[in-house]
Amino acid sequence: MRWGVLQFPGSCDERDALNACQIAAVALATEPRGAGGGVGEAPSSARNVVGDLTDPASSPRLVWHEETDLSDVDGIVVPGGFSYGDYLRAGAIARFSPAMTAVAEFAAAGGPVLGICNGFQVLCESGLLPGALLTNERTRFICRQGDLIVGDADSPFLSGYEPGQRISIPFKHQSGRFFAPPELLEEIESNNQVAFRYAPGQNPNGSLNDIAGVTNEAGNVIGLMPHPEHAVEAFAGSTDGLALFQGPAIAAAGAGA
Amino acid sequence: MSEPKPHIALGLTDHEFDLICEKMGREPNGVELAMFSLLWSEHCAYKHSRKLLKNLPTEGPRVVMGPGENAGAVDIGNGFSIAFKVESHNHPSAVEPFQGAATGVGGILRDVIALGARPIAILDSLRFGEPDTERTHYLVDGVVRGIGHYGNSMGIPTVGGEIYFEPPYEQNPLVNAMCVGIARTDEMVRAAAAGAGNKVVLFGSLTGRDGIGGASVLASAELDEGDDAKRPTVQIGDPFEESKLLECCQELLAADLMVSLQDLGAAGLTSSAGEMASAGGTGIDIDVGLVPLREADMEPFEIMVSESQERMLAVVEPDKVDEVLALCTKWQTASAVIGEVTDSATFRILKNGETVGEIRVDDLVDGCPLYDLNPEEPAEWTYPNRETIPANASASDIALALLASPSIASKRWAFEQYDSIVGSRTAHRAGAADAAVLNIPESNRAIAVAIDGNGRRVACDPFQGTIEATLECAANLAVVGAEPLGVTNCLNFGNPEKPGVAWQLGRSIDGLAEACRALEAPVVGGNVSLYNETPQGPIYPTPVVGMVGELPDPARVAGEPWKEGDAIALVGPFDPSLAGSELEKQRGQLGKGLPEVAIYPVREAIELVREAVRSGLIRIVTDVSDGGIATALAELAISSGIGCDAHLTAVLAKRDCSAEDALFGEGPGGFILAGEKTDLEKLGGQGVEVEVIGQARGNEVIVTASDRRVEILVEEAEAAFESLEDRIEKDQAGLTH
Repeated sequence: MRWGVLQFPGSCDERDALNACQIAAVALATEPRGAGGGVGEAPSSARNVVGDLTDPASSPRLVWHEETDLSDVDGIVVPGGFSYGDYLRAGAIARFSPAMTAVAEFAAAGGPVLGICNGFQVLCESGLLPGALLTNERTRFICRQGDLIVGDADSPFLSGYEPGQRISIPFKHQSGRFFAPPELLEEIESNNQVAFRYAPGQNPNGSLNDIAGVTNEAGNVIGLMPHPEHAVEAFAGSTDGLALFQGPAIAAAGAGA
Repeated sequence: MSEPKPHIALGLTDHEFDLICEKMGREPNGVELAMFSLLWSEHCAYKHSRKLLKNLPTEGPRVVMGPGENAGAVDIGNGFSIAFKVESHNHPSAVEPFQGAATGVGGILRDVIALGARPIAILDSLRFGEPDTERTHYLVDGVVRGIGHYGNSMGIPTVGGEIYFEPPYEQNPLVNAMCVGIARTDEMVRAAAAGAGNKVVLFGSLTGRDGIGGASVLASAELDEGDDAKRPTVQIGDPFEESKLLECCQELLAADLMVSLQDLGAAGLTSSAGEMASAGGTGIDIDVGLVPLREADMEPFEIMVSESQERMLAVVEPDKVDEVLALCTKWQTASAVIGEVTDSATFRILKNGETVGEIRVDDLVDGCPLYDLNPEEPAEWTYPNRETIPANASASDIALALLASPSIASKRWAFEQYDSIVGSRTAHRAGAADAAVLNIPESNRAIAVAIDGNGRRVACDPFQGTIEATLECAANLAVVGAEPLGVTNCLNFGNPEKPGVAWQLGRSIDGLAEACRALEAPVVGGNVSLYNETPQGPIYPTPVVGMVGELPDPARVAGEPWKEGDAIALVGPFDPSLAGSELEKQRGQLGKGLPEVAIYPVREAIELVREAVRSGLIRIVTDVSDGGIATALAELAISSGIGCDAHLTAVLAKRDCSAEDALFGEGPGGFILAGEKTDLEKLGGQGVEVEVIGQARGNEVIVTASDRRVEILVEEAEAAFESLEDRIEKDQAGLTH
């Protein structure tokens, strides 16, 4: 399973995401269990899904914003940052990029797509995910390690976690306040599309229903404001983000087993 | 009243103007005069400080690049180097705090980028007036948001820094930004132009009228009433443009397409092209008609002195120009060939092929006269004193007042506005330890970075105070197990033409030199910011020291909370005194003089602590700094959520100091360590004093020294420590940008 990480001018966390994809795949290949610690054994066939990581052809790669051919990747990360400077509205320009047109087709065909922070904003702007991200209630940028509660959404990305599991993932953003009109919010909740909520008392931005991340109806597209790619190595203080990058491989292995 | 002569209006003296005429054999025309006024300004020529700076130690086995390059660099092993530099953006931030601070960050990033390095961390050292005035609120709000805006948008983590609040900075705040970058040593680029016939390529933002006169008008004169009118001389930052510029430079470098690279900072094209030619011993032709402009009708002199941000200048061999321009196009950044390297030793300005200015490179870059200062030690303390704590306050009340003191209280509200983790290197974030720790997998180790400077103590004694600031930096590195590799510094002082300030500057540089020699930490770069004064007087003399060190294992870094029952020890030759302390400030009793520092015993204590941390023996350490032992213990108690019971009676008996000195006195060379008593005792007998002074326990911070006793609840201490945010932000609702 090979990841492509989008790179827009102004992306900031694209190398971090690339690094996380690689570390997660290596961890899965050598120790195939949900790194989140909750699921226990993942099928050993996950090893086969990861592919040969010494082969550059299965290592994660950057996808330049003008690229339209995604046929060599099996999953997409839309990373954090400030795509095209985000001077208009976060993600508003990036949705029109050639690469995002290709990502929309990729997602429609069922391909797994993960949007982190700015990537979440881009996916919402593109209509691939419901809702919108507004300026934080307190208008300031905020960077902090925080706890998330895994939702009960049915998504391959969550197959390395258990619903209700508490995980430690940092967040850093200025426009992360999840918003949806009442009917849409009700729909997101009743369809079980909430992927992550901020732990009680930790909502940093005024997001409705403490929502930190959502999936599309099909579950193959997921977005969250916190940064799982910054929680994959012990020195950073948490490795709870690994399982998110391993989810699709675990799910695929499970389906194939 | 007659108009002042043009050269006077541009900041040159009659003597300097005569010298220019003599060197040129004629009077300079308008373009040439504008160029001279900038490169002969204090900001560019260091004409009042260069002679003193020669005393600093600049050599060491790990030094890769020293002073004179865009930034200094030290070897970090495995073919990699760490480049770093600190620079001020004080006056722009006084006039327009958001853009002033943002472009301060942008500027120091470009210095490191120009070396061929990728920036991996930012640290900031900030100084404001007391946090109770509308002006301070406005400045803090703008500066913190400005730093965050630029660093966060660039994807460079801001990993540490410090903020002090003192009255002398009220009108003239300090904004010093330090950037740390990593480069392959053999790919690092020098700024020297080379090869007559090679092309000069300008790339990045378009050139506009912003920032004209920034270096000469703002940075080389005192601030005055009516400085709002100088707002147009402050540059406007565009971190998106710089982000593209960074990636573009990295790709140009990887493809080996450049002979040399230089950023455009103060004095714009004049400075960068002039200095490239000077460093390479070449001449250079620049045709202003080829410069991509933001406004079509700019005069040649405006183009030459514009300080538009986010621009770089590269020297490129003719057959590589197309590839360079193509990469710039890929990154959607403007680029143009604007000139050529020549063998004429002359800097020639053309407009569409016609010469509009011609100056010998040496005259422009190295011709400025260097001045001797007339130092004179002031007989008395010259700064205001203000009493804010009653003379009869109890020890507990003093402890709470110190924890709530703006310079000591938690700055988490500010640091949380910075992305501290992007780049996946941050092993320790701002606030988690005394120095930030960054993972360097390229050479299988980690670096620690710290920035320090206590202007109040330097004001008390510029020599001792600067030694203390340097030792404090090294102590902060030791807490994370790191040993110093190199030093950068930013010398923020008042008007050096005044004897008292001249004395401060000279003594401070002497102190920096002495401490760096003793630590074997060479000074590899820095910046001098003079004329930091207003009609209300000069700032505290504020040398800010930035230090980079290395450590073998980022997993072995102290900074853990203590546990119930842990023993607590005081380690080091710490000899507390209230002179220059936070308590003396609050009592309105500041005066001249600090106790003499015994540097070598302090260095031994620093080394003992470093090794104890490296070996994994000790995981709970802090150095004793502002507010003394009681404050250090309270801070550890707050971060642990567990109190302590400590007795300093033996400490004060051995050191012949008063109970108040022992509780709240300051000075270098003190560390608080905690852990198993037997582990602490293993540190004894190595020539450094190690005294067990108490135990972590309960929910109170109890510190007893003879008849004085601090006895406060941990939660009270925490409330005081976290109180600054409300003071600073209470009226933010009404402030918009």
